[in-house]
Amino acid sequence: MKVVLRNPRREVEVAGNRRVKDVLRELDILPETVLVIRGDDLVTADQMLRDDDVIELRPVMSGGVR
Amino acid sequence: MKCRKCGGAAALELRRHNAAFCAPDFLEFFRNQVREAIRRHKMFTRDERVLVAVSGGKDSLALWDVLLDEGYDATGLYLDLGIFDYSVESKAKCEAFAARRGAPLIITRVADEVGGPVPVIKQVTRRPPCSGCGLSKRYLMNRAALEHGMAVVATGHNLDDEAATLFGSVMHWQTDALPRQSPALASTHPKLVRRVKPLYRLSEREAAAYAFLRRIDYIVEECPFAKGATSIAHKEILNRMEEASPGAKHNFLFGFLEKARPAFERAEAVQLNECARCGQVTTGTVCAFCKLADQVKRAAADVPPAPEQ
Ligand code: SF4
Ligand SMILES: [Zn+2]
Ligand SMILES: [Zn+2]
Repeated sequence: MKVVLRNPRREVEVAGNRRVKDVLRELDILPETVLVIRGDDLVTADQMLRDDDVIELRPVMSGGVR
Repeated sequence: MKCRKCGGAAALELRRHNAAFCAPDFLEFFRNQVREAIRRHKMFTRDERVLVAVSGGKDSLALWDVLLDEGYDATGLYLDLGIFDYSVESKAKCEAFAARRGAPLIITRVADEVGGPVPVIKQVTRRPPCSGCGLSKRYLMNRAALEHGMAVVATGHNLDDEAATLFGSVMHWQTDALPRQSPALASTHPKLVRRVKPLYRLSEREAAAYAFLRRIDYIVEECPFAKGATSIAHKEILNRMEEASPGAKHNFLFGFLEKARPAFERAEAVQLNECARCGQVTTGTVCAFCKLADQVKRAAADVPPAPEQ
């Protein structure tokens, strides 16, 4: 399955047919730091992803002095 | 995972609340937290005009969105920092949002006020860009509110921002910064407006989820100067603690606000004067903003600035 990462925007291919949290673990991403987006929906960490899914892992962190 | 409210499929898990929500119930949870923040800290009323500082990012646009939906008289203020593509794009997001919501948006260019955009300020002062940028933002927000007759400025600072700032202050025991960290800072001078942070009860992940679910088109890219900021390093540390123990950030910040902050409140009030140049409030004779603008304008008159990307 395809995973879209941001800042900078790039794509990686990972094995599907497993849960969101397993994919996050493989990519070494803390669940607290991203939204997991599939199409128009948000997906929770326990959901299964299929091999033909495309998900975006969108970082939620903003920084600097605001 | 099931929604705590309706039992439907959950869109977002909130581990620190030991809960998950479907999209509509999450949006309601989010609005409730903003309502609670406004109520608890008496941030503003529906009779007051509120100036919302918007950056084009998820937090400030989410805040503006909630306030408009709640019926507040909320005007946006976008400060154009002149930071390359980041500023061009973030300004476009704010303009598009304002147009879509039919809400008023004030735009102020930092370059017009300081004599150069943030990259030039960085060059001239030889200090981290966030220092001149932050100073200019605080000054221009307050001035814009005064000029437009608004008694309060609302910013999009979220729980993570506040926890990271607190962490930084505690790491250095900046005891003068601690009492100033609050979801609502009352006006202490006729020329200082109230400053409030209605998202302080919400994490940045929650703000991002709200913006996404509300289909708000916000800028996901970061300011190019944010990369090295210590606040980001602090956020990363806090996120690791949060991972090990959900609620850690919340407990850190709320524990401070409820139990520790009063202990740092100083008895003696600082002497506030009006700047000899611009009339805004300062503790000295000439305010830090006027000094900065002076320095930048003088440098610009000498050599034409060539900002490096
Ligand atoms: S990261 Fe620093 S330079 Fe960039 S907008 Fe924030 S305060 Fe300004
Ligand atoms: Zn629900
Ligand atoms: Zn001044």
